Amino acid sequence: MNKYLLIALIILSASSLADTLFITLEKDNALAVVNGETGTLLKTVTIGQRPRGIALNKQQTLLYVASSDDDTIQIIDASTLEVVGELPSGEDPETFAIHPNDQWLYVSNEDDNLVTVIDLNKKSVIQQIPVGVEPEGVAVSADGQWVVNTSETTNMVHWIDPLDQTIKANTLVDPRPRAAAFSNDSQRLFVSSEIGGSLSHINVSSKQVEAKLHFSIPGVDKSLVQPVGVLVHPNDKVLFVALGPANRVAVVDIQTMTVKKYLLVGQRVWNLAFSPDLKRLYTTNGVSNDISIIDVENLKVTKSLRVGRYPWGIAVKQ
Amino acid sequence: MVCSGAVCAQTIDIKLAFLSQAKEKQPALSNLDAVLTDEGIQGARLGVKDNNATGQFTGHRYALRYIEAPATADVAVAFKQLVDEGYRYVLTDLRAATLSPIAQLAIEHKVLLFNVSASDDALRFASCNDSVFHTIPSYAMRADALAQFMLKKRWTKWFLINGSDHEDLAFSKALKRSAKRFGMSLVAEKTWAFQHDARRTAQAEIPVFTQGPEYDVVVVADIKGLFGEYLSMNSWLPRPIVGSQGAVPRAWHRTHERWGAAQMQNRFYKQAGRWMTDVDYAAWLAVRSLGEAVTRGQSIKTDDVRSFMRSDQFSLAGFKGTKLSFRPWSQQLRQPILLATDRSIVSVLPHKEFLHPHTYLDTVGYDRPESQCQK
Repeated sequence: MNKYLLIALIILSASSLADTLFITLEKDNALAVVNGETGTLLKTVTIGQRPRGIALNKQQTLLYVASSDDDTIQIIDASTLEVVGELPSGEDPETFAIHPNDQWLYVSNEDDNLVTVIDLNKKSVIQQIPVGVEPEGVAVSADGQWVVNTSETTNMVHWIDPLDQTIKANTLVDPRPRAAAFSNDSQRLFVSSEIGGSLSHINVSSKQVEAKLHFSIPGVDKSLVQPVGVLVHPNDKVLFVALGPANRVAVVDIQTMTVKKYLLVGQRVWNLAFSPDLKRLYTTNGVSNDISIIDVENLKVTKSLRVGRYPWGIAVKQ
Repeated sequence: MVCSGAVCAQTIDIKLAFLSQAKEKQPALSNLDAVLTDEGIQGARLGVKDNNATGQFTGHRYALRYIEAPATADVAVAFKQLVDEGYRYVLTDLRAATLSPIAQLAIEHKVLLFNVSASDDALRFASCNDSVFHTIPSYAMRADALAQFMLKKRWTKWFLINGSDHEDLAFSKALKRSAKRFGMSLVAEKTWAFQHDARRTAQAEIPVFTQGPEYDVVVVADIKGLFGEYLSMNSWLPRPIVGSQGAVPRAWHRTHERWGAAQMQNRFYKQAGRWMTDVDYAAWLAVRSLGEAVTRGQSIKTDDVRSFMRSDQFSLAGFKGTKLSFRPWSQQLRQPILLATDRSIVSVLPHKEFLHPHTYLDTVGYDRPESQCQK
């Protein structure tokens, strides 16, 4: 084989695998940029105050970052990492989700009991939807039909219809619901309850809780098992749940709603993301100030990497 | 009842009362802190607001009535008035001696009471009255929390100073029980009786008063704060002050911001224009407990609410990093205790190293085997 062709192939295959992680550092008011494949910290960029929720647009050209103490969502150019604009998020934005139409962004305003809907093209507020007390998690189904929001003190999942931006149904779940994640076929919704120590499996058409999983780890006090971030594998067979101060990620079989394995990661594990090729799972660990990298196929933690103080949210760019 | 979306076909009203008695004006050390006239009721109001936010989706509407009996009046009259008006859920901000007879009346009238301010242990384990739920931590819980921390610090030799009113003695009794439980030694115990020469200042009086055997820490039981504030920096030996002053074991503190508490502090400050106190927090917990029981138990009958709150199904999120529930033997809300100085949280107790077969939260306060109420 031609020597140059071989080199070109190697470069090509390497670049197709390489992924860039953007991690918000809540205490450092900064964004850590990490090479996911090699597990190395590339750089740290100062952004707004108390950055938490983070997401990329569909083209992966823009990053949206909830800058909680600035009461705004910053728009950051994903290649230059410069702040290029901001969105009127309302007070204290924490988590948000973008509709598949890449036009509507839903953000929870914890202190005001509202979900604010923002038009990303016009950078203006379309609607503010009153929800329960202390709204937290936001998720949009892949088919775009439902937006859900969890409220931590009301203990409910509010089902918002994006067609008219109003609540159509409410589902009661265990205490202090945090994250919500749809299955990729949009048929099921999974909601973690931090104080309840459980994961609810909700049928999207009936809006009823169909199954519930209570986590229990031998040797770990039950009160420390506080499920937070939820990530569903695209095969819809398995999902991952970050268990907060239990310092573990649970690997859950969706069909049986049982735990296949608990993976020991850093302290107070918070949010999760896959590498684009699904070979790696990344976790942000708030207290140990690092991220853990998990080999998805073998369900083994392969590396931990210090990134800065209070890593919170994570977005992955191909 | 069917609720579709944000609209419910039919709304169920839940009447809730907050019963308080005006307190006799207390002698104060200084006019440093404003006397609160709305303590407790502000917490209840926030709880009602939170319950109604949930209620708009479940079809429950909570209304709160505030009633304050004059300082010298018979509270039973006010209580009976509430019963006649159809109130079945009453938050009480009353002293233990006043609450006891009301609790008896509550059984008769099938009323559920939530004690939000009286910490007396006698209320919880001697009377075995299942018409009262206690959301404020008992003195035993506070004292045990303190003793756990002292044990961890190896501050085992206590110089105990008591005030002389009923509350001081109740707290002091709890402290002595905790000392025994956690192997502390009371090397000295004195009562501050205000018998000093008024011309002598605290700076002159306290060093002499705190002379005695070698001690690690000064433990004080002065609930009203009549002399305890003077102990710091004035003790004969340079020792920390704990108990009712110094590092204080409490239900809530304005510096607490972990586990989402920052949001709670903000919401409360926005509403009340001041920081949340222990009693406000206990009142909020009481209203939220009722809200949880009604939402999940789907009944507003007192019997159903009581049995749900006593059951394992009940759990409440209270910004303390773990779920809160009621001990069925005393109907006391299990909860972590914050050990706080004026401007910081020292620690959150109980520590998990203190093991318990059921829940670590039961390592503070009277546990099931110690209770005479075996239900």
